[in-house]
Amino acid sequence: MSLMEFDDALVAFDPVLGLEVHVELNTASKMFCGCANAFGAEPNTQTCPVCLGLPGSLPVVNARAIESAIRIGLALNCDIAQWCRFARKNYFYPDMTKDFQTSQYDEPIAFDGFVDLEVDGEVFHIEIERAHMEEDAGKLVHSGFTGRIGDADYSLVDYNRAGTPLIEIVTRPIRGTGAKAPQVAKAYVSYLRDLMLALGVSDVRMEQGSLRCDANVSLMPKGETELGLRTETKNVNSLRSIERALNYEIRRQAALLAEGGRVHQETRHWHEEGYTTPGRSKEQAEDYRYFPEPDLVPVAPSREWVEQLRGTLPEVPAVRRARLQETWGFTDLEMQDAVNGGALDVIEATVAAGATPQSARKWWLTELARRANEAGVELAELAITPSQVAAVQALVDAGTVNDKLARQVIEGVLAGEGTPAEVVGARGLAVVSDDGALTAAVERAIEANPDVAERIREGKLAAAGALIGAVMRDMRGQADAARVRELILARLG
Amino acid sequence: MSALLRAGATELAGLIASGEVSAREVTAAHLDQIAAVDDRVKAFLHVDGERALASADAVDAKRAAGEKLGPLAGVPLAMKDIFTMQGAPTTCGSRILEGWMPPYNSTITDKLLAADVIVLGKTNMDEFAMGSSTENSGYFATHNPWDNALIPGGSGGGSAAALAAFEAPLAIGTDTGGSIRQPASVTGTVGVKPTYGGTSRYGVVAMASSLDTPGPCARNVRDAALLHSVIGGWDPRDSTSINAPLPDLLGAVERADVAGMRIGVVTEFGGEGYQPGVEQRFSEALAVLEQLGAQIVEVSCPNFEYALAAYYLIMPSEVSSNLARFDAMRYGLRVGDDGVNSVEEVMNLTRGAGFGAEAKRRIIIGTYALSSGYYDAYYGSAQKVRTLIKRDFDAAFDKVDVLVSPTTPTTAFPIGERVDDPLAMYKADLCTIPSNLAGNCALSLPVGLSPDNGLPVGFQVMAPVLADDRLYRIGAALEAELNRNWGASLLDQFADSPAGAYLNVGSIR
Repeated sequence: MSLMEFDDALVAFDPVLGLEVHVELNTASKMFCGCANAFGAEPNTQTCPVCLGLPGSLPVVNARAIESAIRIGLALNCDIAQWCRFARKNYFYPDMTKDFQTSQYDEPIAFDGFVDLEVDGEVFHIEIERAHMEEDAGKLVHSGFTGRIGDADYSLVDYNRAGTPLIEIVTRPIRGTGAKAPQVAKAYVSYLRDLMLALGVSDVRMEQGSLRCDANVSLMPKGETELGLRTETKNVNSLRSIERALNYEIRRQAALLAEGGRVHQETRHWHEEGYTTPGRSKEQAEDYRYFPEPDLVPVAPSREWVEQLRGTLPEVPAVRRARLQETWGFTDLEMQDAVNGGALDVIEATVAAGATPQSARKWWLTELARRANEAGVELAELAITPSQVAAVQALVDAGTVNDKLARQVIEGVLAGEGTPAEVVGARGLAVVSDDGALTAAVERAIEANPDVAERIREGKLAAAGALIGAVMRDMRGQADAARVRELILARLG
Repeated sequence: MSALLRAGATELAGLIASGEVSAREVTAAHLDQIAAVDDRVKAFLHVDGERALASADAVDAKRAAGEKLGPLAGVPLAMKDIFTMQGAPTTCGSRILEGWMPPYNSTITDKLLAADVIVLGKTNMDEFAMGSSTENSGYFATHNPWDNALIPGGSGGGSAAALAAFEAPLAIGTDTGGSIRQPASVTGTVGVKPTYGGTSRYGVVAMASSLDTPGPCARNVRDAALLHSVIGGWDPRDSTSINAPLPDLLGAVERADVAGMRIGVVTEFGGEGYQPGVEQRFSEALAVLEQLGAQIVEVSCPNFEYALAAYYLIMPSEVSSNLARFDAMRYGLRVGDDGVNSVEEVMNLTRGAGFGAEAKRRIIIGTYALSSGYYDAYYGSAQKVRTLIKRDFDAAFDKVDVLVSPTTPTTAFPIGERVDDPLAMYKADLCTIPSNLAGNCALSLPVGLSPDNGLPVGFQVMAPVLADDRLYRIGAALEAELNRNWGASLLDQFADSPAGAYLNVGSIR
């Protein structure tokens, strides 16, 4: 396969993108039946007559899925249909229990939206054509070395996934991205991922397939306005792959066109090794014989409900980030660490409970990040609340504990020993600043280290550190180091 | 014994509840009747006597223990083989589902069992309810008890024949274009297509989802109302079911009064293609209603003329999609799975072998009608006609309380007569189809024997959506008056006649 250098391709052609993103909703039950909607169960254990498509069974729409669809639509600045229907997409395939997919066709629940993306300081306006509801199919597992259907001796099918609620979000053709096309695509999917997380409607785990992107791209010779023939690349399972796959397709198509060839309108399969191969040809468009699903009554969300749902929308993640960074005064690097560490929510809550942004950041991204990592859980799943973290910091600020003791307090809270104050009490962790006890300890330290004491008397103040260390050991760390220093210097000075 | 067979469901339920007869006696009598006559009638695809008797014993035990009995406790019923019931095969009259044992009950099955009904077995039908004669069954044809050389109607010919042969006092069917009413008409029984959405479709194998309507079949109007009140009502498992209370159907039967009611005769249904004897009995029934105080007026429904054409686009379109799932992958027949054939080849071979000619015809028509480029002209236009037919009904019901017509243009025709002429077969549903397209309710009851050939003639009453009670009010009034005039119901007269002697249900005279 000949490829043109990416930069050369962009001199000759303008890429046009079209992105179709499937989001698996995290509703408790499936789209049309009461079966659990969960990833990873034993094959065919989450099925019933409805999702198995048994003769006579009928679907009933999951109201929660409609709610999620509307919230997604609103978050993408879409109009929400006053009235819409499901449709049947008819085709035969063994992973389809009814041999039709219940989807939406010309009446999507959400349409005509947009998102604005910033890529390297440049803003791209991405138009959303539609966001529609549909059900997922079962999962085929093919035997044999290649794992592809043509080479298999037999195939197994798991219908646990059949009937999983999906939202398909489709863009209008995205023009004018030039050399940034692959980055824009990546940024778009990343934006959607963050948005779905903020909405709480999906796990959006690309590696598990709960967010899938089909990337369409075509090339237009510079100066022309008519769209070229496009390819649709599937199996793009990470943000990085989106960028790489589009980069590859642009270079491949450019080489083809430059040699006077033509692009086949087809589905292509992305391989992590860095190339695409042709899949199903779309030259003869399959006729899905769509018609309105007669087993389901139309969906007609009331305007009151839609407005109520609009009120539940979270702040757009990118906007929220900018706002928090400004409020907190974080550097770009600090902000990036907080975002990547998944710590925005907990830092925000800790600050709200009275801690300074820097102290909240310090605890969540060091001590607590380490412990979450060890336990293999998310920060929010740790057995300590943001207000408890703020309370620990307050103890430090008040001089009740020092940094080292504070870590022990956190350990106690995580171990279920109570609130930070209770842990301090129960473990006897408070710093001793009672001069009587400290003076006695200083005396013992001078007695035990006469040569060190002598050096200090001679004015070598740096030697005081050794005595402070001895006092701290004597006091099992619970001494106010600054006060100890003062006492030593007063005694020997 | 014969008295138990002649008795209706209401009567049997009373006898069993009062302890005059046991549910076992009643069930055994009907199983014996099936054993005696079903070789000739062939109403049943599957009979489970052991299970029926066990259910009957359970009812008797319940009664002995003083527990509350269901409204149809101990009453036997014949179930069209399109309703799923655990422990019984469901074939829909198709070879492609031969041996399939559904792992779940239809909502109506659950309601029947909760009412303590005794299910005798599953009745024969045209394959996937596609036909008007039961000749399209993948297994065998059912014979009309009135004359075994004639068709019993379809698709629910098995259920209707079981009633007319005194094999069961109750049956249930499904009506997509007339599959309850037309068999009722040609067998001298009563059949009701409830309001669409008034009876649950959950667990009823779909032919055409927007038209299929389960409903009651019986030998008299009261029994139909009783069964309808048991199986009807909202079902959260059927999205198209209507969340509204069922009208008081038994109250309507009690009332049985038509004085002052406005009854509209559909002027489009009559004339060419209608058997003179059918039209004669229909007119006489109108005269009876008028004499009972109803006001008879003529009403034109101009778009009914296009109902058959619209139906034969919408129905096959839905069929082509609903029947896709029979692909040999998960249940039912599998042909050609030799380790060499591909998945697609096995699907093709299975569907080729498992579906009969009529099912294939409709799958092909429907696939064509939904194809891109043809959709608007066929499916799209048909849906517009459907809207026009609904408007005809709405306009008519502004003027009259119910509409009436013959149920079907002719009496029962000979087996084999129309098998090679699909269009002639389709015309049997000319008068019944509009109510399926509009979703309103309709009933057929016998109003006499055609003077041409001595065979039963059916009279159809059509009422607005959710006004099912009107069907029963008029049906009960007309039935009572006719029976008074005749001295006995048509079926009782037939059973008493030499032609009905083979049914061996004694004499009521």
